[in-house]
Amino acid sequence: MSKAKKKVKVIKIDVDKCNGCRACELICSSFHASPKYSSNNPERSRVRVIRDPLKDIYLPVYAGEYTPAECAGRNKYVLDGREYSECDTCRASCPSRDLFKEPDSGLPLKCDMCDGEDEPMCVKWCLSKALTYEEYEEDREEEPKLGEMEIGLESLVNRHGLQKVMDTIARLSKKG
Amino acid sequence: MGYAEAGFNLEIDLTRGNIERVASDPNLAKQYLGGLGTNAKILYERVPPEVEPFSPENLLIFGTGLLTGTPLPSCNRTVISTISPQTNLMAYSMMGGFWAPELKYAGYDKVILRGKSPELVYIWINGDKVELRDASHLKGKGAVETQELIKKELKDPNVQVCAIGLAGENRVFTASIEQGRSSASRLGIGAVMGDKGVKAIAVRGKKDVNVARPLELLQLCNEVLQYVKEREDKPVPNVMPILAGLGSPQEMLHTDEKWHTENFSWGNSRERRKDFWTKEIEDKWKETQENARIRLISCYNCPMKCGAIISLPGMSTYMMKCFSKLTYNMAAFVDDLEFGFRIAQRATEYGVDGFSTPQIMAFAFELREAGILGEEHFAGCPDDNEGKFYWILDRIVRREGIGDILADGTYWAALKIGNGAEAYAHNNIKKHEQLPLKLGMLNPIYFLMYSTGEKCNITQIEGQFPQAPFATMEEREEFVRDWVHVPDEKFKQYLLDWELRGERSNPYYPTVDMSVDIVDWQEMMHYLDDAVGMCAGMSSFPLKPPYHIHNYPIIISAATGMEMDEAELKKIYRRIRNLVRAFNIRRGLTRADEKPPEDHWRKRFPELEEQLLDAYYKFKGWNNQGIPTKETLQELGMDFVSEDLLKRGILSYE
Repeated sequence: MSKAKKKVKVIKIDVDKCNGCRACELICSSFHASPKYSSNNPERSRVRVIRDPLKDIYLPVYAGEYTPAECAGRNKYVLDGREYSECDTCRASCPSRDLFKEPDSGLPLKCDMCDGEDEPMCVKWCLSKALTYEEYEEDREEEPKLGEMEIGLESLVNRHGLQKVMDTIARLSKKG
Repeated sequence: MGYAEAGFNLEIDLTRGNIERVASDPNLAKQYLGGLGTNAKILYERVPPEVEPFSPENLLIFGTGLLTGTPLPSCNRTVISTISPQTNLMAYSMMGGFWAPELKYAGYDKVILRGKSPELVYIWINGDKVELRDASHLKGKGAVETQELIKKELKDPNVQVCAIGLAGENRVFTASIEQGRSSASRLGIGAVMGDKGVKAIAVRGKKDVNVARPLELLQLCNEVLQYVKEREDKPVPNVMPILAGLGSPQEMLHTDEKWHTENFSWGNSRERRKDFWTKEIEDKWKETQENARIRLISCYNCPMKCGAIISLPGMSTYMMKCFSKLTYNMAAFVDDLEFGFRIAQRATEYGVDGFSTPQIMAFAFELREAGILGEEHFAGCPDDNEGKFYWILDRIVRREGIGDILADGTYWAALKIGNGAEAYAHNNIKKHEQLPLKLGMLNPIYFLMYSTGEKCNITQIEGQFPQAPFATMEEREEFVRDWVHVPDEKFKQYLLDWELRGERSNPYYPTVDMSVDIVDWQEMMHYLDDAVGMCAGMSSFPLKPPYHIHNYPIIISAATGMEMDEAELKKIYRRIRNLVRAFNIRRGLTRADEKPPEDHWRKRFPELEEQLLDAYYKFKGWNNQGIPTKETLQELGMDFVSEDLLKRGILSYE
């Protein structure tokens, strides 16, 4: 496979600077509304501030990949005298919790770095500079671009297993 | 689909345990916006003047601002309205924090409580599911502790809870409602909540708040944020640091308290200590504050950091903001700031107002010293100042012994104690304790604001115009250069001509008419903020804020879709102002009540003061008793008020 330059987008999170205002959540939900900015609801946000003020815990966490299964254990970290559950630092939309799911449909949410903007909206709205944005380039082996059909099939395979999908296609093709 | 508003109120009858979701009248926003405006409308229509603060018919309304829940920065206020047990007038204390936006996301603009619950309950609003839950296990618990216990019980850290402490349960007249780093403290609304048998209200919301013209509103929000950034690098010169920036006075950040400690009075608002702020105190206080302060924190969607997490060994952590850092120290004559942080922790858990309560405590010890309160009332009281204040705080909150009388505030306590005690309740307006500030020369603008402010709290009515003249013409010219906030160019001239001494200085300059103009502007911004849910710290309170009369109309219009211009917005302000006034007039407020404490200024000018009040009333379209006239009310489309006042004989048909 050929090598290609890939732009890597980075939101740097300085938890010491977070003032817990949740502007990031608000503007994220607003940006991803349809039409854009037409509605506001932090529950739809792809960034959530894990907050426990009396324990001085202020941790913005971004929605990452969906996972169909929860972890076997629930580990804990003690960082700088503060106890965090592993879930506090985890980006997955997962069956063990409500985080990063569309409130209406339950479908998983994922941060897309506000594709198309010069920087993510959460960064723009974080005047405390707890969130800052960086980009760098790295060499990546170019992955073949998947077509729409392939993406769809892949998610079906993830959900039902390859064999079942193949059986179904075989059955459908007989009908045709 | 409505914009900015949820369109529904939650009506809860605590006596019967009945809960209803009621659609609100969409036309009300056009006339009164939301927040204070619509709260006042509901109170006017549903709470007749015969209703006592602690009667089941009194309402306790938790209102969100019209624009709360939209992306408008710093628009997060909860406006709580009821009848104050202390003043017997409308109370509309407010809090920032996270509660109001959560309520909007739950699908409600207001929670309206009536009746009384037979048992202590808390209310759990989980979107469409609302229930009254037993709170017997929370009885006597601290206001902060209660919020944590409820979050744990509901197994959701994103639940927002407002709660009362023991003071509210015991109907202490200075009881607050606490929520995170914020509290609605003034005028005893926590006592009304306690009287209704409600320990807390927990809210969780997952619904959308829609806006009418999204891209336009976003652009306006971005302009606000840009302005905030620029303003941060450009503090207003020639004023003290706490007035130079945005937000509420940044007393969690700044450690320099020379101005407050030397200009405000200590004890029962008695003594100025003009050489208090020594190098030694400065160093010690800085160390104490930096040691106690864990982090600077914000309210919902606000870039300012007016609050702080405070933690000291041997005491549970709490959150603090603004001036309550100093009130206990100064009332108790204690020079160690750590005492202030420690007693405020206990006071916050009890849930009491940090302005009034320390003054009540200092008042008690003055009465003891004067022999008006005998030693029998102080059996068991420690001798040291710190110990004394902890002791009396406990008595007041628990309503034990003399504390039961003191818990009603200095005005009512003095009446009960008698024997000359009235003279010691010297720092009240409309029966409510004021900031401990005693000055030399009467300032006509402040005279009017103190006298007529319906919120009985100077910080909630002052703001846009500098508190004092600048020393030189250069300074004044520099100040007016980018003063885009003035509703009219004439205000710039008022400031340019205002001198420290001579003909154009206090008390005769600004002139009577100018003073009225200036006060009206400052009031207008506060009333609008309280209706849209904006924090005063980003609008009406600081000099040169991001929000003003020129950008509010377009912001309100973009968010709600209502047509709005400055003239219409000013009319709405006048409507709300007149409604609050009429409500209080109906409850017996008179011209005689509209006066600052006798000793607020050393130099008083009775004739000028009468002229000021006359001119202010006239400007407002009120008669010389401060009552809105029929014509004024009709012009504002408030016939329901004029008819009511006529029927009651408060206005005459002549």
